[in-house]
Amino acid sequence: MKKYFHSVRLLPDRCKGCVSCIKRCPTEAIRIRSGKAKIIESRCIDCGECIRRCSNHAKSAITDSIEDLSRFRYNIALPAPTLYAQFGADTPIEAILCGLKKLGFDAVFEVARGAEFVSRAIREYLAKGGYCRPAISSACPAVVRLIQVNFPELIDHLVPFAAPVEVAAKLARELARRREGLNPSDIGVWFITPCPAKMTAVRQPLGAEQSHISGAIAISKIYGDLLKSLPTEPADPACPRATHLGVGWAVSGGEASTLAPIHSLVIDEIHRVSEALDQVALGKLKHVDYIEALACAGGCIGGPLTVENRYVAEERMQHRAQGKQPVPVEDEMLEAVYRDVVDDGRLAIEPQPVMRMDDDIYQAISKVEVMEKTLGRLPGLDCGSCGSPSCKALAEDIAQGIASETDCVFKLREKVRDLAQEMVSLAEKLPPSLNK
Amino acid sequence: MKPETGIMIEFPLTGSDFEKAGEASSKIKRVLQQIGIRPEIIRRIAISAYEAELNVIIHAFRGVIRANIQPDCTTVSVEDEGPGIPNIELAMKEGYSTAPDHIREMGFGAGMGLPNMARCADEFSIQSKVGEGTQIVMTIRH
Repeated sequence: MKKYFHSVRLLPDRCKGCVSCIKRCPTEAIRIRSGKAKIIESRCIDCGECIRRCSNHAKSAITDSIEDLSRFRYNIALPAPTLYAQFGADTPIEAILCGLKKLGFDAVFEVARGAEFVSRAIREYLAKGGYCRPAISSACPAVVRLIQVNFPELIDHLVPFAAPVEVAAKLARELARRREGLNPSDIGVWFITPCPAKMTAVRQPLGAEQSHISGAIAISKIYGDLLKSLPTEPADPACPRATHLGVGWAVSGGEASTLAPIHSLVIDEIHRVSEALDQVALGKLKHVDYIEALACAGGCIGGPLTVENRYVAEERMQHRAQGKQPVPVEDEMLEAVYRDVVDDGRLAIEPQPVMRMDDDIYQAISKVEVMEKTLGRLPGLDCGSCGSPSCKALAEDIAQGIASETDCVFKLREKVRDLAQEMVSLAEKLPPSLNK
Repeated sequence: MKPETGIMIEFPLTGSDFEKAGEASSKIKRVLQQIGIRPEIIRRIAISAYEAELNVIIHAFRGVIRANIQPDCTTVSVEDEGPGIPNIELAMKEGYSTAPDHIREMGFGAGMGLPNMARCADEFSIQSKVGEGTQIVMTIRH
């Protein structure tokens, strides 16, 4: 299998080897080995549940930093709409955009503007009909990865458009190239991200050869500096502005609301998404046109790399939605690039099934048999002490030869007890020559 | 090393036990994924197993569902002790249902079960005796 880049990493010094993360991981991608959590790379979907869960802050996401801007002559910031929710509604979006420029970016381009284009593309796609029902949003990279690894049969349901940030990156690059006469290799495009999955998607794009984004900087990383750089006077960020239709994508349900009046379903939180996809796979949601599925509870505002509490963020976004909206300016160049983005389509998303136990079907069948038998002997307490998330997962690991039955503390105890009993009974036995 | 036969997994089912509804078919699906059967085939097997499982829970007193997974095909069979089907031809029609109101209120019993199973399976056979029960055997080639 191709080497997979992951944003989510372990900081071994902080890891205590507790079982919080392994039990929470939606794809059972973590094991505890030698007292430390170990991520199985092919299974990790970078949803960030482990980052959220770990009370020792031993999980983190690799992202870029402001210093990386020096690699390019001209740098563009792509703020996720979630960034706006980190600041009170009395801080206008223009101030946030201008603050970014003060941090060293030459230009800004709202990801929300990209979202508006994606909304339009999805509306046209759904209106045309003939798609696999229900169509599933491709905006959340963790959900797309979840489908690749656990629901490969649903890949055809994903709408064939890049996520808003990719579209925004393409638009921003094109604007810079044409307006500033820059060489593409001189332009750095930086996503200000609420989540590690989007960082991964930059390094390893979904359904495209190469991302238009140069790197991603965590909102949590840039927040402090940005807070200090906010202008006190009203300022003009000089960039195409997005309305709340695009900005609203940050909150769960925002995307679907731009597609009305179609019949849509909104699901957030990765475990709930998994449950809903089970139902889609059973063909039970065929009467739904569109599913907006987001890995984080509350949507992107609940992302693990954000600063503000998700409910506070949600309230602020509602407040912003009610405020004065910028008037969208028709822009011929953006329109032309939009057509490119839509017509261009994207490469097919490949399934990456990770469940199979062996490439050889006969081997796989015998491994499953070993697994089933082993599972019957395990206590079924799912305590996680063995380092696997559940007894089922331990049985699987044993069948794969990467764990043994005595890794289970209960089985080990049983064995010790049997051994002790045997020793006692052996001790009582004396050879006939000594037996009086 | 080739095993003589594939894997047989078996689950008892109890009528009206909606809490467990879907457990057997999702277990069957997981095993098929672990064996590495193609996703579109798994989907057909999972749907037929799910519909069969639900039928027993909706209509019968008790039953058993088995999946025999071979390298080249999977056979899902269900046997139940229940009211049986008086008119199989009618039951195979889409939208025809004998599910009582309280079951329909739960969102089940839309009369799509049997036709859905027949559509997903490569081979489908059904036998039923009124007052005794029903047996269904479905084979899906990998």
